[in-house]
Amino acid sequence: MKPPVFKYRRAGTVEEALSALAEYGGEAKILAGGQSLVPMMNFRLVRPAVLVDINPVQELDYIRVEDGWLRVGARTRQRSLEKSAEVRQSCPLLAEAVKWIGHPQIRNRGTVGGSLVHGDPSAELILVAMLLDAQFIIQGKGKSRTAGPGDFFKDFLTTAVNEDEILAEVSYPMAPPRSGYGFRELCIRHGDFAIVAAAVQLTVDERGRCSEAWVAVAGAGPKPLRIRGAEEALVGSDGSSRVLDAAAARVPEEVDPISDLKGSEAYRREMARVFVRRALEDAWSMVKER
Amino acid sequence: MERWVGKSVRRVEDKRLLTGKGQFVDDIKLSGMHHAAVLRSPYPHAIIKSVDTSEALKMPGVRAVLTGEDVARMSSPFLQAVEGPLEYYCIAVDRVRYVGEGVAVVVAEDRYLAEDALPAIRVDYEALPAVVDVEEAMQEGAPILHPKVGTNIINHRDLRYGDPDAAFAQADVIVGAKFFFPKYSSTPMENFAVIAEYEPIEDIITIRSNFQGPFTMHPVSVAALRIAENRLRFIVPPDIGGAFGIKSSMFPQMVMTALAAKKTGVPVKYLEDRAEHLMSSSSGTDRVTYIEVAAKKDGTILGIRKKVMDNVGAYLRSPEPACMYRSTGNQLGAYTTKNLAWDAYVVMTNKCPTGPNRGYGCQQLYFEMERVVDLLADRLKMDPAEIRRKNLIPKDQIPYTTPTGGIYDAGDYLACLDMALEKADYQKLRQEQEKARKEGRLFGIGLATVVDPSVTNIAYITVAYTPEMRASEAFNPKSGSGETAVVKMDPLGQVSVIINTVPEGQGHETVVKQIVADELSISPDDVRVVSGMDTFTRFWSVTTGTYSSRFASVGASAVAMATRTMKEKLFKIAAHRLEARVDDLELVNGAVQVKGAPERKLSIRRIAGLAHWNQGALPPGMEPGIHASYTYNFPCSTSPDADDRVDSSATYSFIADLACVEIDPETGQVEIKKYVTVHDCGKVINPKIVEGQIYGSFVHGLGGAFYEEMAYDESGQYLTGSFVNYMCPTAVESPELDIGHVETPSPLTVLGSKGCGESCTMSVPACLANAVADALKPLEVTVDRLPLRPGDIWQLIQSARQNQASKGESRK
Repeated sequence: MKPPVFKYRRAGTVEEALSALAEYGGEAKILAGGQSLVPMMNFRLVRPAVLVDINPVQELDYIRVEDGWLRVGARTRQRSLEKSAEVRQSCPLLAEAVKWIGHPQIRNRGTVGGSLVHGDPSAELILVAMLLDAQFIIQGKGKSRTAGPGDFFKDFLTTAVNEDEILAEVSYPMAPPRSGYGFRELCIRHGDFAIVAAAVQLTVDERGRCSEAWVAVAGAGPKPLRIRGAEEALVGSDGSSRVLDAAAARVPEEVDPISDLKGSEAYRREMARVFVRRALEDAWSMVKER
Repeated sequence: MERWVGKSVRRVEDKRLLTGKGQFVDDIKLSGMHHAAVLRSPYPHAIIKSVDTSEALKMPGVRAVLTGEDVARMSSPFLQAVEGPLEYYCIAVDRVRYVGEGVAVVVAEDRYLAEDALPAIRVDYEALPAVVDVEEAMQEGAPILHPKVGTNIINHRDLRYGDPDAAFAQADVIVGAKFFFPKYSSTPMENFAVIAEYEPIEDIITIRSNFQGPFTMHPVSVAALRIAENRLRFIVPPDIGGAFGIKSSMFPQMVMTALAAKKTGVPVKYLEDRAEHLMSSSSGTDRVTYIEVAAKKDGTILGIRKKVMDNVGAYLRSPEPACMYRSTGNQLGAYTTKNLAWDAYVVMTNKCPTGPNRGYGCQQLYFEMERVVDLLADRLKMDPAEIRRKNLIPKDQIPYTTPTGGIYDAGDYLACLDMALEKADYQKLRQEQEKARKEGRLFGIGLATVVDPSVTNIAYITVAYTPEMRASEAFNPKSGSGETAVVKMDPLGQVSVIINTVPEGQGHETVVKQIVADELSISPDDVRVVSGMDTFTRFWSVTTGTYSSRFASVGASAVAMATRTMKEKLFKIAAHRLEARVDDLELVNGAVQVKGAPERKLSIRRIAGLAHWNQGALPPGMEPGIHASYTYNFPCSTSPDADDRVDSSATYSFIADLACVEIDPETGQVEIKKYVTVHDCGKVINPKIVEGQIYGSFVHGLGGAFYEEMAYDESGQYLTGSFVNYMCPTAVESPELDIGHVETPSPLTVLGSKGCGESCTMSVPACLANAVADALKPLEVTVDRLPLRPGDIWQLIQSARQNQASKGESRK
């Protein structure tokens, strides 16, 4: 379980990282926290010829609130998100979701951008990005572009970041007023990859009716899914338990899970419904309190 | 005078272990040392048509490649516990029989370069059909793993004790089921680690490894390596990062590394990695059992009848088929029934070979036994506690000889059960359950009462042979469980104890200090313990090592007896110097003094110093120096009799467990609300260490109950090659335990102590399965296999609901 030979390049700035990527073409990979990449190299499942280490890149390590958006630099550690008062205030769902990533040791090293670019369909950060329509800034040499989650997450372990680009920032819309959220995850052991995870956010209008709803599920397809049918069932409703049941009932038909040792396809499909239902309950009781 | 045995003396090992100063195999670096990596079979079953190493040999840093051809030329197949035409070498010779079996070994300057060269080895395989299911492997027409053997059933005994037919004929009720116990393992923090070197002038092979014993594997390795016994040196460093039985099965890797060293002429280090450990080291057996229990209406168990099929994987590797026979003496557990029909099959399939794994044989035994006892209670509408109380061996019958030949040395089983029920407030729990069930909640209470054997008597393995075979002239009987300790005092009078128990984290050094300090009335700090092992310089035997929860029984007894032997010499010298009779002397605060005249005394340091410095002043005829060795053994550890009865372990502890669980009916997740475990392991030498053992064994048992399985698909592909899929429970999944002790001293050990290392691994899978079954009782489903992951429990709930729905339909 040792990696094959690779070259190591240390980048102090985004510019240096991009130059290194340009120099080595498709042979280089960005090393951030290394929590997925390094084990995959040890198993020889990936064999980058060059690692471009962006751990020294300070300019991508930030959390700030601007113009109604929570902006997070791609090299920010997951642990920083978890501990940030700004995150808790402006996007509490994200703060809750981060706690479910692996273990503290993993979050100490793991970065926000690393998890997003890795593209694992059970990843909590990707689920939240899908749910909230996070915006991504992808930096290339001399140019940058933005993408929403629909374009960013292409498929299983595949994102829109090209070989000569790096993810620079992800930004999340701040939680609207009169909103509540729920985040629920099913895993066999604490810290495991989710069998399924459900994230929801709801807002209510002044009359207490649901004005906006976001519902998404991870672990039940090649990438996290927005459950549009559930969202439609919620908007305009009074959030009664009958409504929440009906919304959750839309989940099984929209997901596309696989079978493995941790759960059959049927189990995952049903758990997606159960965990959405529970997350809706959490979210609605939170809104009612406000 | 302070006494140390019975106190929670702080572990002396922890400081070095927690500060990274332990001495493990990987800390050893020899001059010129190279590193091995193993090419492993991707096929579950295939003929090796050719192996071409020419490209690999050109790779940077590669010194040599060891192939099956080398192995067949340089070594012999391993001796087995059941003799026969089965050929098992350290790597595959002409056929692979499981995914992960070694095919070639690259020796290179470092492990990276060695792994780089693996894909350059060209192996031409011809795939064969594979079989992984134990019952399928027994069928006519199944793929045969070893054509020379001609069948996959490598051992079969139809064993009968008492009169099971009469018992079943008289029964008011017969209850039975089929049970499946999973293949699972120990996952010690340190994987297998071996360094081998070859010295050609004297033809000496030295193998440093984290091998835990039993040292029966030394003669086995001698035969495989075709070397003289006194030229094969096994060295074990002071620290091993956990073993749990799995490291009894590492001798093939030791022989493989030795052959690599012999072929290359340089020392070779082989550090198994985690993927290799999970795929190709060892595990417990998976087992299918058809079991029936015959009973009277009042719950009295009359007899047990069962067909047991152990899946030992691709080869019968020594000490298998011990999973089947290790528990011969305690095969009927803690119950008074006299009658047993035991149809035992040991079967080979295309899975990784098996071996000892904490709770060896008893995990499987008590899962089938305790489940069927609960099924019986169900049928008779009896409380599971009541049926156990009815059948547990009462205190006044102990020492108790079991129908299968075990001699239960001591214990108060009912007191343990009562303490467990009391701690759990059992009646109140049942009331809570009633309330919960009315609310539609799935709330369950499980019990398990099991006899926990410690100190294997190696004789049990010969139960695999028929009495006729055992009676033949050519048969070499085996028996015993001996362990040796050496105690010495050097010229300045300080005490050292040399133990061969190759501690794997249990805290033997601490416990030895406690024992010797008490025996010599000195401080534990004044006792130095030398652990590790070296077959060239130590006094050892085939039974040496730590396995089968031996230490507190036999290791501790050997240390105490060696110290007492040495003390006799100290007394003789003191008597001579003080001009007193030995009988008039006593040991007080590290000095030998005349009873009633404490001013007439000599410190033991001074006596020992005298034995070195003033040898002429010793009593006439006495040898200079102060040292003693003692090999402790149990007289009861003899060979099986003509009726296949054997006292398979020297001492027997007892465990009464109670679990209370609640299942989320929507998700199948189980919450352990309460877990009580009461032990009678005799005198507790160090309560803190015993508590650690109970927690460790609980979590290990929890793994088998709810989490761990080495899984294969139907074609024989291996599915759980990393900790992502092979899921061991962690601290987060472990509830707090409510632990109790009933201390009934063993009459067979010096201190009255006995084993507690495996303990809860035997009771927990059964107890948790019973609790889950009890929780699901309103749904009328059968819990008959482990592990019970949330998805598995959900599936049970679903099928019950479908059944109930279809029943409802049919009523309409």
